[in-house]
Amino acid sequence: MSEPRPAGLRAVALAVAWRSVHNFLTNPAFLVPALVFPLFFFVSFAGGLSAISNVPGFDFPPGYTAFQFVFVLLQSAAFGGVFTGFGIARDFETGFARRYLLAASHRAGIVAGYALAALIRAFVTWTVLTTVALVAGMNVYGSGAEVFGLYGLAVCVNLGATMWAAGVAMRVRSIQGGPLMQFPVFLILFLAPVYVPLSLLSGWIHAVASVNPTTALLEAGRGFISGDPTVVVLAFGLAVTLPVLFALWARGGLRRAEAAG
Amino acid sequence: MSDGLRTQIGQLARRSVLRTLRQPAQIVPALIFPLFLLAVNSGGLKGATNLPGFPTDSYLTFALAVPFMQGALFSVMNAGTDLARDIETGFLNRLALTPLRGAALLSGLLAGAVVLGLLQAVTYLLVGLTAGAELAAGAAGGVVLIVLSVTVTVAFGTIGLFAALRTGSGEAVQSLFPVFFVFLFLSSMALPLELLQTQWFHDIASANPVSYLLQAFRSLLIEGWDLGELALGFGIAAAILAVGMLAASRALKTRLVRT
Repeated sequence: MSEPRPAGLRAVALAVAWRSVHNFLTNPAFLVPALVFPLFFFVSFAGGLSAISNVPGFDFPPGYTAFQFVFVLLQSAAFGGVFTGFGIARDFETGFARRYLLAASHRAGIVAGYALAALIRAFVTWTVLTTVALVAGMNVYGSGAEVFGLYGLAVCVNLGATMWAAGVAMRVRSIQGGPLMQFPVFLILFLAPVYVPLSLLSGWIHAVASVNPTTALLEAGRGFISGDPTVVVLAFGLAVTLPVLFALWARGGLRRAEAAG
Repeated sequence: MSDGLRTQIGQLARRSVLRTLRQPAQIVPALIFPLFLLAVNSGGLKGATNLPGFPTDSYLTFALAVPFMQGALFSVMNAGTDLARDIETGFLNRLALTPLRGAALLSGLLAGAVVLGLLQAVTYLLVGLTAGAELAAGAAGGVVLIVLSVTVTVAFGTIGLFAALRTGSGEAVQSLFPVFFVFLFLSSMALPLELLQTQWFHDIASANPVSYLLQAFRSLLIEGWDLGELALGFGIAAAILAVGMLAASRALKTRLVRT
């Protein structure tokens, strides 16, 4: 009798992703916050701050709802990745991740599976968020290709955040590492032009936002939705580079987890 | 108040205060997180002061009211989590075997919230003033602002106690945190009520008591002495405190019957 062939990287990734997505979709404790929080931020920012569009110098033709939609989309992409990191940490705490490490012939497939799950989770959130935004009357002046570019940026942000959080989770291997995954992402997101364009910021926040990579992503995303693409090359350069760098960080985390047994 | 009751409250208050002070994980986020948001929002929304009808030319002064409310929300978590831990570890069961009165237990547990509220209020005010915020009501206004902040913190703390007694679970109390943030975000947190343009948002914010608590803080910071705004703020805080204490007392009776 021949021995069963070990599963390849793709099979490992699909198996890990299926379990993560299944947990996400069947457990309201995971599903509800992932859907509610982005909607809540969108509603409170777009609804409560709409008067900001009357500030002298604020010029965004699609309106304040679209302006905030881009931020909330990228924020939900980033936090989707972070929440996946929480799941990885939980798997290590319960011992399930060790079983993954024992069973998987291609351990990189474990990380790939978590990343795939994070992306699927994000697509669920974006579908709901986009539907609500359109029903609320959001204007989209960009073409199909430009809107595709906006979601392409969000995919890269999701991937980058997942790799970051996975790297932390596999090093700490406890949910106590949650703040370490979450806080830097929160910091980098909110030290960007969240409420007004960069040109209307002043003082220290302008200085910080000017060198914050999130600013380029936001500006490009807002350019796409308004049909006036801007800093596209810089934004996609960052959007592709950051996941690659964080994938190396995640690979280091995987090595640490393997060494820890 | 009888000597016995005073002793009971004193012992539990001492325990509550020491427990709060010995947990940096409770104190640090409650101080740092609101100040970080204050820094970000006062920088990012500075342009809002150019809107016609905005009550001050300093967004920092306008936004300084928000940390006081966020600090109060943290007290829900801290007071509730501490009591839930007492329930989970069986400490409440042991207390139930003593002649301890319910009022002493609840009052004593809130002592930690009072100390944390005081620490928060003084820190927020000092940081805000150092960063350039104004305090139109002067030094006496600063004292009233701190008293209001502690009152609001204790009032929200009773909701944490109620949640802990009802659920007996620290995790369930923690899960209330986002719910209270909804109240904060759907208020006049970022702009004054009269500048909220989206009608449904304006309606919700107008019906949200947090908006009026924020206005009470802002009246001292921006306008000076507006007794109407202050009375409304203190009145709402007292109402939350009364309802919270009543609900917590009833939940305590139920909890003690169960044990």
